[in-house]
Amino acid sequence: MPEQWTLTLRLYRQKANEAPRYDTFTLQVNPDEYVLDAVERVWAFHDRSLCFRHACHHSTCGACGMRVNGVEKLTCITPLRAVTQNGAVLTIEPLRNFPIVSDLVVDMGDLYRKMERVNARAVLPVTEAEIEHPASTWNPEDAQYLRLSDCLECGLCISACPVAATTAAYLGPAPLAAIQDQGMRRHPELLPLADSEDGVWRCHSAFECTAVCPSFVDPARRIMDLRRQVVGAKLRQVFGK
Amino acid sequence: MNNQPSSRKLLTWFNPLGRNPGAWAFILNRLTGLGLTFYLFLHLIVLGRLAQGPQAYEEFLELTKSPLVKLGELLVIGAVIYHALNGLRVVLTSFGLGIRQQTQMFYLSVLLALVGTLVFAIRMFAG
Repeated sequence: MPEQWTLTLRLYRQKANEAPRYDTFTLQVNPDEYVLDAVERVWAFHDRSLCFRHACHHSTCGACGMRVNGVEKLTCITPLRAVTQNGAVLTIEPLRNFPIVSDLVVDMGDLYRKMERVNARAVLPVTEAEIEHPASTWNPEDAQYLRLSDCLECGLCISACPVAATTAAYLGPAPLAAIQDQGMRRHPELLPLADSEDGVWRCHSAFECTAVCPSFVDPARRIMDLRRQVVGAKLRQVFGK
Repeated sequence: MNNQPSSRKLLTWFNPLGRNPGAWAFILNRLTGLGLTFYLFLHLIVLGRLAQGPQAYEEFLELTKSPLVKLGELLVIGAVIYHALNGLRVVLTSFGLGIRQQTQMFYLSVLLALVGTLVFAIRMFAG
């Protein structure tokens, strides 16, 4: 018999032209289930008008990002046990810094447009991936093998970033990390975007993006590395190399 | 529905709930920066008293000997030390140095600011 917890889910609700409110639902859950499972159970057994995004249920699609007790989480891989306890109230809210479409669903269009603007790679050669194999262990012909990019485009980093909260034009952690992933030397055409007012220099080093990233992208480190690359590219321009 | 970025959300910069040490450093850096800017204006006003003659200046200096003003000066000292050390932390991490240690560098900045403030407090109140 699996362990059973009684949880109260406090869900943010807002439909078009309505004031926001919170609805509460009391559920019996297995604490090893995920937050998304609990939200789905509310939809399945309590309120079919609840809107939320989800698809793959295994942290590949990046659709189910929400704020759980105020912190950005990919809910399909966040066990209930990790964020709450038996008898507690669990507050679920939509991501910040994106327009709310309905309830927990936000419009991610702005992020997707920015990712397109920086030509973010969906896949990349394994030889260029930052994974456990050092670059020296690959053979040149291994470049034919591709892997998915680490970034899920889930938007958690944009929601957590304090600068993204106040500056809509800021490219944001995920797009800047996507520029770093491509590199200034191989893609000098991205220099004006990275080196712009709303590019790499707008970051104020709060490191929240890395703290909430569910996919080891480590955007903060990439932004800092991109700064180094931008300075290098500018110096090369000055000295004509 | 309104959930978009906006400059009116400036106060969210100062909300530490659910945030991590990197954001606490960000918040503290802004608070100390604003505090030091306010202090700079106060400092200029004090210097302005010089133009009103030695008596006005001396009268103002008497006021600065009160415990409340001394407490304020301690806050300035703590803010200066933290802001300077965190500034170094931001410079280092901005160029890729010590990113993995940024949390420890933040804690060290706070610790050194507290120690420095304590040293000044002992000298100011014991002397």
